[in-house]
Amino acid sequence: MSLRGTLRALPTMMRVGLSEGIAYRAEMLIWVLSTTMPFIMMALWTAVAREAPVKGYDSPRLVGYFLAVFVVRQMTGAWAAWQMNYEVKQGTLAMRLLRPISPLWSYATENLGVVPVRLVVVVPVVLLSMYLVGPELAAPRTWWGWVFFLVSLVGGWLISFLANVAIGTMSLYMESSTKLMDVWLALFFVASGYLYPVQSMPEGVQALVGWLPFRYQLGLPVELMTNARDFGEALELLGRQWMWVGLLLALTVVLWKRGLKRFGAYGG
Amino acid sequence: MISVRDLRKHYQVHKRPPGLLAALRSVFHRTYTTVRAVDGISFDIRPGERVGFLGPNGAGKTTTLKVLSGLLHPSGGEVRVDGHVPRHREDAFLKKIMLVMGQKQQLLWDLPPSETFALNRAIYDVPRAQYKQTLDELVTLLELEELISKPTRQLSLGERMKCELAAALIHRPKVLFLDEPTIGLDVSMQVTMRDFIKSYNERHGATLILTSHYMDDVAALCPRVIVIDKGQLSYDGSLEALVQRVRPEKRVVLRLERSVEEGRLAALGKVVLHDSGTAVLQVPQESVNGTVTRALSSLPVMDLTVENAPLEEVMSELFAESKARRQARGA
Repeated sequence: MSLRGTLRALPTMMRVGLSEGIAYRAEMLIWVLSTTMPFIMMALWTAVAREAPVKGYDSPRLVGYFLAVFVVRQMTGAWAAWQMNYEVKQGTLAMRLLRPISPLWSYATENLGVVPVRLVVVVPVVLLSMYLVGPELAAPRTWWGWVFFLVSLVGGWLISFLANVAIGTMSLYMESSTKLMDVWLALFFVASGYLYPVQSMPEGVQALVGWLPFRYQLGLPVELMTNARDFGEALELLGRQWMWVGLLLALTVVLWKRGLKRFGAYGG
Repeated sequence: MISVRDLRKHYQVHKRPPGLLAALRSVFHRTYTTVRAVDGISFDIRPGERVGFLGPNGAGKTTTLKVLSGLLHPSGGEVRVDGHVPRHREDAFLKKIMLVMGQKQQLLWDLPPSETFALNRAIYDVPRAQYKQTLDELVTLLELEELISKPTRQLSLGERMKCELAAALIHRPKVLFLDEPTIGLDVSMQVTMRDFIKSYNERHGATLILTSHYMDDVAALCPRVIVIDKGQLSYDGSLEALVQRVRPEKRVVLRLERSVEEGRLAALGKVVLHDSGTAVLQVPQESVNGTVTRALSSLPVMDLTVENAPLEEVMSELFAESKARRQARGA
């Protein structure tokens, strides 16, 4: 479909995605409960920081950091890899392929549609964070801080989504690619800042993590939300984030176009 | 409208015997066999034609439909649908076609069908006035008024199929691919679906290809049938001529006032069915007049009709013939 046609269709697709999100609200709440690891890490790290700050992170900063981790994870989550694996295996991807719009747009709007529903959980957590640690450590304090944070949030979601789609597309090449997603998630937990701030890692590890995509999924938006970066650093990290967005987009498109030729459209 | 030349679709299928040892062996060494799902078929379909694809399970009917609708890339041959090469999946092509598969659904499971209709309006870029007109028409003809605002999961199979069909027609496609559209539906729902499909074809001049294991669907909708068996075309022509070729005999169905001896019936023709009130005789076409005259004069007949053999029997005989031919070639 032309870009103009796609843009015309997007509001309805988003609205339907939101309706589905509301229909699956119980499932979503269970997913939210399964992402409470940041609260456990917050308890753990603040206990450690009571003795002495960890690489500049004292208790209030750690509280602000992990509440931001929870918020960013809610806003950047995607599950297209599992959806695609299921649909390729069942052959139901066929129904999406019959429509004159790329299924990737449908997956995107369905994954994005639940974001407003998640705000029901996110907004109270942000307010709680402001109350506990003050606005300084809970939200950007400058106008550019807000712009960079929002751009990084979009970039973080895109990296999550595109990684999901690239891995989901691999199910057209192999029998199932969900194990690949498990590997991605394992690396994400280690290298994204989900379990501890990237800035608390040893210098050498930080340098390595700085060139991997995982921290740009989560760590960067969290750092920008909690005012942990100055203008220059933020700009450089945003550049790296969007480089990953570009790379993953190119990879996804190539894998998708080639993979479709292998689609078996199994079943009735 | 549709042109197919020497279409082939072959799959590589991994085969392994059952058991743990075989499973372990397959980790290191896999054996593949080539399945020739479609193996060199050619045909043409004119605009507005209604064609039935017939064949036993695994014959290649659905694979052919999937190639025609652009879902599968053919292994060889040339396919054109209204000037488009389906595998390119151009928007203009996708806006002209629809594929309804009785065993797959596009309706959003937890939302009412009206949401899927609205989604399709946006995706197919249907002008709002046309959408309203089409939807009103579909709601009236398919009696959907009560259904479109209920969550799809709460609809019965028949209600869901009617909504599936409506969702697939929101953009007024010119080519309808229907794969087992009435599967699992009760008789009255099958009739509703058939009547609607026929009236859509007549009103919009749409081209229709149908696969169905219900021969009543084929008989009611498709003047022309294409029979595919083991990926190859074994018949292309009118349904009437197919019946004549495979089962030239007619059936004389007699409703009797009282029971008669079988011997008296056997004198008139081959007795296919005989109970206290009914008898069915199979007779060569040229003997029908004579048999009817003799039956009326010699038996206590209340009612008499002359019919073709049931299509199910015709098809089963045709497939048995093909199987026997293949076995003979193999031997």
